[in-house]
Amino acid sequence: MLVAQGLTKEFDSGSHHLTVLRDVSFSIPQGTFVAIVGPSGSGKTTLLGLLAGLDTPTRGRVLLDDADLTAMTEDERARLRGQKVGFVFQSFQLIPTLNALENVQVPLELRGDSGASRRATELLQRVGLGDRLDHLPTQLSGGEQQRVAIARAFSNRPAILFADEPTGNLDGATGGRIFELLEELNRESRTTIVLVTHDLTLARRAQRLIQLADGVVVEDTDGTGDGGRAAGESAGAHSVAGGNA
Amino acid sequence: MSADGRTTESRVTNSGSRIVLFGLAWRESRSTRRRLLLYMSSISLGVAALVAIDSFAGNITRSVREQSRALIGGDIVFSVRSGWTPATDSVLDEFAARGATITKQTSFASMAYAPRTNATRLAQVRAVGTAYPLYGRITTRPPGQWERLHDGRHVLLDPALMIGLDARVGDTISLGYQTFEIIGALDQVPGDPGIAGAMAPRLFMSDQHMAATRLLITGSRGEYDAYARLASGDPDAMVKSLDARLDSAQLRARTIRQQESNITEGITELSNFLGLVGIIALLLGGVGVASGVNAWVMRKIDTVAILRCLGATTRQVMTIYITQALVMGFLGAAIGAALGVLIQFLLPGVLNDVLPVDVAVRLEPRAIGMGMLLGLWIALAFALRPLIALRRVSPLQALRRTDDGSPARRWWRDPPRMIVNLLVALSVVGLSATRAEDLKEVFAFSSGIAGALMVLAASAAVLSLAARRALRTGWPYVVRQGVANLYRPGNQTRSVVLSLGFGAFLVSTLYLVQSNLLATFRQAEFNARGNLVFFDIQDDQVKGVDSVVAAQGREYAARVPIVTMRVAAINGRSVTDIMADTTRRESPWALRREYRSTYRSEVSETEKVLAGKWFGDQPTAPGGVPQVSMEKEVADAMGAELGDTITWNVQGLEVPTVVTSLREVNWQRFELNFFAVFEPAALERAPKTFAALVMAPDDSAVAALQRDIVRRYPNVASLDLSLVRRTVAEISNRATTAIRFLAIFSLAMAVPVLFSAVSATRRDRVREGVLLKTLGATRRQITRILFSEYALLGILGSLAGMVLSFGGAWLLLRYVFERPFEPAFLEAGAIAGLLLLLTVSIGLLAGRDVFRETPMAALRES
Repeated sequence: MLVAQGLTKEFDSGSHHLTVLRDVSFSIPQGTFVAIVGPSGSGKTTLLGLLAGLDTPTRGRVLLDDADLTAMTEDERARLRGQKVGFVFQSFQLIPTLNALENVQVPLELRGDSGASRRATELLQRVGLGDRLDHLPTQLSGGEQQRVAIARAFSNRPAILFADEPTGNLDGATGGRIFELLEELNRESRTTIVLVTHDLTLARRAQRLIQLADGVVVEDTDGTGDGGRAAGESAGAHSVAGGNA
Repeated sequence: MSADGRTTESRVTNSGSRIVLFGLAWRESRSTRRRLLLYMSSISLGVAALVAIDSFAGNITRSVREQSRALIGGDIVFSVRSGWTPATDSVLDEFAARGATITKQTSFASMAYAPRTNATRLAQVRAVGTAYPLYGRITTRPPGQWERLHDGRHVLLDPALMIGLDARVGDTISLGYQTFEIIGALDQVPGDPGIAGAMAPRLFMSDQHMAATRLLITGSRGEYDAYARLASGDPDAMVKSLDARLDSAQLRARTIRQQESNITEGITELSNFLGLVGIIALLLGGVGVASGVNAWVMRKIDTVAILRCLGATTRQVMTIYITQALVMGFLGAAIGAALGVLIQFLLPGVLNDVLPVDVAVRLEPRAIGMGMLLGLWIALAFALRPLIALRRVSPLQALRRTDDGSPARRWWRDPPRMIVNLLVALSVVGLSATRAEDLKEVFAFSSGIAGALMVLAASAAVLSLAARRALRTGWPYVVRQGVANLYRPGNQTRSVVLSLGFGAFLVSTLYLVQSNLLATFRQAEFNARGNLVFFDIQDDQVKGVDSVVAAQGREYAARVPIVTMRVAAINGRSVTDIMADTTRRESPWALRREYRSTYRSEVSETEKVLAGKWFGDQPTAPGGVPQVSMEKEVADAMGAELGDTITWNVQGLEVPTVVTSLREVNWQRFELNFFAVFEPAALERAPKTFAALVMAPDDSAVAALQRDIVRRYPNVASLDLSLVRRTVAEISNRATTAIRFLAIFSLAMAVPVLFSAVSATRRDRVREGVLLKTLGATRRQITRILFSEYALLGILGSLAGMVLSFGGAWLLLRYVFERPFEPAFLEAGAIAGLLLLLTVSIGLLAGRDVFRETPMAALRES
């Protein structure tokens, strides 16, 4: 369960005072596929950063499985990310010096897990790159790089996965396949997925849709009608899945 | 891919996880490994210099130790100034009674004359006992002749003397009033450096024929030595136990241990300079590492942000990158050590002839280990400074690149950064402490470095400010863009000015010190009014010598009387009393030596009165205490000051004098100079000999004059200064070559440092250039932008470094080498110009990359 309580993010740059997010609250039950949408500058990426513990809010709290991210130190948050959080970025963000297999292994190695190589191989086979294990990021197409990134995001069996415009740098067909992959993985592993996008068509395929404008939530509703609900409703059936509490 | 699996996932141990992390560090470094090695290898040349220098010093010390017995000639050497007496012989008997083997040697300079070729040459005659040498072996050509030396009136000569006399084996030569047969040439003689033979070629004879030559008459300079080989026991202890008897017999004893330290002290100046090269090389390396690693860190920010997103803790991130730096630093140091060993094998070739021992080149594991350790330490300390910036890279950077990731906090609010800064500062202090002689030097060196850095940082700030203030909208776009780069966010002004300026400062300081040291060599070259010296001319031979000189159409440049004497008392206290005082500060050397003094009423060209008044102005009234002028250093060593009374023992007669002036003497001019100069009235009637300086136009004139005088007066010795001059020039040429070699080496070190410094922000410049190119900028325009920026940075950095180096060189020369400083503006300017050129070239290389990369590649990367 991910809970945002009264999140506000302000930036001070000299004489300018900028409020990017204003009192944003919601909770996301385990296993849900949520899309956050909104135009450029609406605060989507800032919200994602806060939810994932990459940044701290000016006011408000983020609770991930009852743990208060805002009360943690940077390193505590890093450890928590290593255990429970996965990321997929618009620009893939693979480590350029590592090959596909090694990129997927990194989160496991940071945790000190053994069997990193076996699991990474399985994951790459799962995303259809079983024959590209030793390729460097530059030797892969955009779609392939994003699939490596998704395999990496799932390598530590995260309770929650954040995806920042994962299809933004891809053509429509490739983007569609990446989205399907995310959906499949969401079903298989009951991992909560928080997807940030400005592509409303894609977003509507999520179970739940949170719409931002000017730093406030203007709409929080079902995307596909498949088990989603309006803002404020209880998490219901999805909250028990995953068992990562 | 079930989420449930994670609870059953096995965990490895902590150390296992560290190994995994090292593996990750290794893989992550894959494509940047070579670049990091390049940066870390800035330290290589520093380590190379250090290893070469220390190995060389180690070789010398070892060689001195191994050869010291042969060098000194025995476990103990005794010497006495005025010849053997019953008192000295009884002391030597005492040593012999304790099981020592003793042999004597009398040496003196004399002219050797070969009747067959009609040639004369000055020879360093050594009349030796049968047991000589006690250590080592003398070899001859033809072989086996040394053993025949005592069988008759035989002599063995240095090859240089054979050539000079145009003599061959079997010829007869005369020495004083006796003739000898040449039975061979000397091949190897233990204990003399190679140049000894060239300066004063040796002639060995048996001491049983000494008296017959009648050469050691009053006033002649003879040296009397005895060598002792101990059957057992400690030479120092034995000397100590007989100290009082040695003292009363005026017998000086030196042991091997003292000799070893004397020899190593003799090359202090060389090793001081080499030590300085070592420190500077290493510091330059450190600067190169710091700026190189800084550039490398900039490239790593994205990766670190991703790692942070993926759950890497600060400790894990730092472990990964410090491991990489450590491994590459180690490789850099190892490459340097290998290079150093190579150079070590070259050094003796350049320096052997100026060293007192044959240097056997051997691997010095201590020097290699120490060099690598120091190198690795400095590399790591300097690499840590930029590396700790990675601590503060936010994972948010993976989502959105906001800034360059440099630490936002002020250093005083960032304890780890303060600790690293302190570590770097302490490393510099520690490094200077490994080389310096005392704390004062450490303090001076460290504060000099700190001062230079502060001045450079201030200059950089001023440049940024000036660029901002001076920028005018009317300037051409390319210049505006280049100048604006100096103060815009993320500018490289501070880092480049600091590293470039510091590099220029170090290199230029080293060069200035070097050129000042070399200048002293050049001064020592020759500037005398004559080239032929005659000495030991007896009072009754003066007229005869005058007529020979006049008959050959030559003139005296100088002819001075010489009176030999010793110090009897200072301010009424006898020398014996002063020596008996264990708390005395006076040097025994100055109190006990034989003084060869002169008298005259004028100050000579080669001396300067420092204090008091020259007696020529105010001669002493008859019956008053005569005046004497003392050379400053010898007066200090005697403990005599202006106004003090020195009583001299002039061949049995006590002559009291009062010191009325102190002189500085330029000993480097080959002139007839003296420690003590008396007013004429004091010594005119004392027994004396004369020395004369004559100018002979060429070698044949020199030879003719020598021959004619020696044939009439065999006791008169002469020294051909042109020979000496050639030998000195030869030595100084070799020393110059060695020092130049090191200077070129240090200049070469500046290149990787500059490269590192400039490449720190090269990537930004390339990216910016590509963007400009995409927007339609031509190659020419981009080149001009880069040129304006790098030229300004280069001018400021190299100029500031140059100005600072005058201060640095002055301090070093004044306090370490104890010499005056002559600023070499032209050369320093040339170095600054060279560095400027290098900076601009390296900057423009970035421009080449702009045109090599496609806009798409660069834009996608950003």
